[in-house]
Amino acid sequence: MLINYLPILIYMLIAVGLLGVIVLLSELLGKKTHTVQKDIPYECGMDPIGDARSRYTVRFYIIAMFFIVFDIEAIFLYPWGVVFKPLGWFGLVEMGVFIAILAVGLAYVWGKGALEWE
Amino acid sequence: MQIIFFILAGVALVTGGLVVFQRHPLRSALWLIVNFFAVAGIYLLAHAEFIAAIQVIVYAGAIMVLFLFVIMLLNLREPEAEAKFMHLGQKVGGIILAVFTVLLLIYGVMQVVLPPGKAAPPGLGNTESIARLLFTDYLLPFEVTSVLLLVAIVGAVVLAKSKLK
Repeated sequence: MLINYLPILIYMLIAVGLLGVIVLLSELLGKKTHTVQKDIPYECGMDPIGDARSRYTVRFYIIAMFFIVFDIEAIFLYPWGVVFKPLGWFGLVEMGVFIAILAVGLAYVWGKGALEWE
Repeated sequence: MQIIFFILAGVALVTGGLVVFQRHPLRSALWLIVNFFAVAGIYLLAHAEFIAAIQVIVYAGAIMVLFLFVIMLLNLREPEAEAKFMHLGQKVGGIILAVFTVLLLIYGVMQVVLPPGKAAPPGLGNTESIARLLFTDYLLPFEVTSVLLLVAIVGAVVLAKSKLK
């Protein structure tokens, strides 16, 4: 039962291990010289303007909010897909209502221009 | 089996502590991801594969993105300096409150008696059992969920609208 998830575990271990190896190798093999010129912040060859840790615009936050909402909508599609055949037309109508209500939301967001970046 | 649970529970507890004790909010967020994965593993142990997948997709995926944007939306300067002076009363009061809360939680958890749940129909996976119940017995809550999500969409737009214009 649980052994079925062994490939996922191995996959995760390889991903983490690869990261560790890359960081470790560059730490071991890389030259560590520090000069005044080398240690200044690098910004495409010009003198840096302002602080790198500037505040992000709220637009990112809105997009993330919409992402969560529609991600949860998509989550409900997975179990629906599993029992699609036994449910038949009933299930199709059911999911149709669900999607339609959320489509109203999408239309609202679109109409309000919240998806526009400017 | 039990060993795996204790490892996962240990990871969840330790990373949960690390989330709280980091000075930098971004590091807290990164530890929280590890915590989410450990909890997903515990769900797997409880044969709740669907919940485990959701834990990774929604929490470690979508909600984490939101957390990161919120952290970056807030000012990300140097971590705030530790409060140099703390009143003795604050410390003692905090400790008493923490101990009391822990005792209350332990008492509450001990009181709970879970009724034996209905066994899943044989031959059906966890996702399939959930799906059957969700789309038949719990039809109305499922449809109401879409209204809830709609409210969340409208709320997000209204809240951010003043900033957008």
